[in-house]
Amino acid sequence: MSRTGRTASIATTAVRRTALLFASLAIAVALWESYKAVGPADGGDVFGWRIIPKTNDRVMPHTWTMAAEFGDDAIGSGDQKVWSVLLGYSWYTLRMALAGLALGMFVGVGLAVAMARLKIVERGLLPYLVISQTIPLIALAPQITVIRGSLDLPQWTSAAALAAFLSFFPVTVSTLRGLQSAPAASLELMDSYAAGWWTTLRKLRFPAAVPYMVPGMKLAATASVIGVIVTEITLGGLRGVGFATIDYSQKVTSQPASVYAAVFAAAALGLIMFGLVAAGESILMRRRPKESLG
Amino acid sequence: MSAATDQAKAVVVSDVSMVFNQGGPGAVAALDHVGLEVEPGDFVSLIGPSGCGKSTLLRVIANLLEPTAGSVLVNGKSAHQARIDQDYGMAFQQSGLFEWRTVTKNIELPLELKGWDKQRRRERVSEMLELVKLPDRGGHMPWELSGGQQQRIAIARALAAHPPLLLMDEPFGALDEMTREHMQSELLQICAATGTTVVFVTHSIPEAVYLSDRVVVMSAGPGRITDIVSVDLGRDRDEDTREDDTFYKKITEVREALRGGELTDSARGIEDR
Amino acid sequence: MTTQRAVETLWPPALFGAAFLVLWESVVRIFDIAPFTLPAPSAIFTAFVERFGQVREATFETGTNALVGLLLGIVLGVLASLLTVRFVQVEALLTPLAVAVNAIPIVVIVPILNNMLFGTTSQLPRRLMVMLIVFFVVFVNVSKGLRQVSATHLELMRSYAASPTAIMYKVRVPNALGYLFTALKIAAPLAVITAFVAEYFGGVQNGLATGVRNSLNGSKDVTWAYVIGASTLGLTFYLISVALESAAGKVNRTA
Repeated sequence: MSRTGRTASIATTAVRRTALLFASLAIAVALWESYKAVGPADGGDVFGWRIIPKTNDRVMPHTWTMAAEFGDDAIGSGDQKVWSVLLGYSWYTLRMALAGLALGMFVGVGLAVAMARLKIVERGLLPYLVISQTIPLIALAPQITVIRGSLDLPQWTSAAALAAFLSFFPVTVSTLRGLQSAPAASLELMDSYAAGWWTTLRKLRFPAAVPYMVPGMKLAATASVIGVIVTEITLGGLRGVGFATIDYSQKVTSQPASVYAAVFAAAALGLIMFGLVAAGESILMRRRPKESLG
Repeated sequence: MSAATDQAKAVVVSDVSMVFNQGGPGAVAALDHVGLEVEPGDFVSLIGPSGCGKSTLLRVIANLLEPTAGSVLVNGKSAHQARIDQDYGMAFQQSGLFEWRTVTKNIELPLELKGWDKQRRRERVSEMLELVKLPDRGGHMPWELSGGQQQRIAIARALAAHPPLLLMDEPFGALDEMTREHMQSELLQICAATGTTVVFVTHSIPEAVYLSDRVVVMSAGPGRITDIVSVDLGRDRDEDTREDDTFYKKITEVREALRGGELTDSARGIEDR
Repeated sequence: MTTQRAVETLWPPALFGAAFLVLWESVVRIFDIAPFTLPAPSAIFTAFVERFGQVREATFETGTNALVGLLLGIVLGVLASLLTVRFVQVEALLTPLAVAVNAIPIVVIVPILNNMLFGTTSQLPRRLMVMLIVFFVVFVNVSKGLRQVSATHLELMRSYAASPTAIMYKVRVPNALGYLFTALKIAAPLAVITAFVAEYFGGVQNGLATGVRNSLNGSKDVTWAYVIGASTLGLTFYLISVALESAAGKVNRTA
């Protein structure tokens, strides 16, 4: 396929996916409103299990109320509108998430390479990497922040570090699998060129690993955003989307829909990060054979 | 002393043995006191049933395996040094092209590793593409080419650095018969043009006879050379050669040599057409 | 597993672990780090032993939440993936939704869910949260596994005039099984974390998160003792996933 042909097909896919995105939003709105119309205002039981959510306006505002909220004045922020305040918060969080993702990818790929190089490192270290993911971020956050304080680093580094902590693992696992996926014949070929391990890494193992790394990076991207937001909520002092959710939940009696506005901002952030990785995937993988879609 | 002995032989295999899992219960004598000499410019085939050690021998020559006994000289050096010095190119049954590189970049791979600059690499790649008759495929991706074309690119890659020796492990095994015959002719033309020595592993008797100056017949359990059949069909072979009487005679000779090495076992994995 | 093989498998991690602990303990002592900043492994161990009974009970409570959510998430994730085979649009529709939901941090969804459903002492919001997170991981991986089948296999099945259902069972599902286990190995420890976090922000409970929360302003060694409980739980989930994967591999081979 020619260069213009390829670009055109990436563009068509993008358009189609955006259209489907709007369609799915429309469906979500329809589901929300129809449930709100029929559901009990104060919740209900099924066989004694309280699983039917409440539908009153405070807890479950109308979707148009939530949409309108973005245009309202933000309480406590002068005469700025909610959307502009949230935009500022989102940008702040996004930057930390990107930093955390970059750090997480750096660490993740580095660990994967070390483990691919020395089998003993894989055997000795991988169990602990798995265990590390079982440590709840909330318990770790104060510990990290105390250490950060004693090292006199700026506040946002806690968020980036914790975001990296959540995002490095899927990168490590998927990269390791990818590095180990090079076909034996190709490894023999590189051997026949008397190519060293690092040369083989650069020219064979790493390119072969890319298709495996992509799903890992998608998980890492969303994990990174979560890591930052959780840090903002647990530690305070960082003016990001996470902060907004706490701030607005305290104002829930006067402006119930604002919490949802912050939630949407958080979700949008996750989508943007995911989209960035997906765009990267399209570019990186454009010259590879397509997966067979039955 | 004659000029032939002064000039280094292309390959000298001296009393090579290869035992896998040595000392253990699953010990396999893949090669047993194997000796072989290949003159520069020769085309030599290794043929034999499964387990006769032909692929193992090829890999020992390529220094991808260390023999448990014996030595190998390639181009007058140890096999190890020959590999370091990139004195041979290799081609496998799976073309082994990197799916993320264009055809051009695939052929460039050994040249990159030798540290050639871009200009020189590009020139050599054009040359190789002309040689394998695919001059306009440089910008394509491997998966856009047919199996035969991919193998031609693999051969172009193997010869890109103009090594004196070419080692091939059933490179046409995955191709259909007509493409295979066509590729055989192509290979002969390429080797004639470049003067490369070739050691070629196959389990097709007609292929071995058509291509080679000498056919090395091997047998299994343990792997050893049982016979070497000289094929005097001359250097200018073409499609008519396949209808030659001598051609059929040599095929029969090789077949009988194969059977002769299998007094008790039946020949396995040999194509008889 | 024979003793010899067990030793072979375990000595590298044991070595790495021991080296790390020694390093940690040394750093704390050499730099005279205050227990508030970073407790030493020896202090953590003491705290753990002292509170063993409480930690164990808390682990059980959090673990149940994680398990229920995990199972629900897997079932739903697999079902949704099966749908994407039949209706390709489902994937394009669900993915942005799933990504968005996954991107909303647990810490935000839990209070909302708690408000919508009565009773913060109910375990249900926690389990629903776990289910949501697990769903996404399973969905992304299994749908990929169902779709990425070799063209040769599909051609073969079409030559048998096989129905889409037959293709599903004989080609796609076995292919997707590997992806399911990849997802499981990620989702299982993730379920534990999610249950933990959901509990942390969800009001007074008896689980591990409560234990951590209550001790944060005091001695961090108690915090870490509860963290050990959480990690052990997560690790157990992971090891069970690995065991299931190899068991499934054996079953596949004999079939």
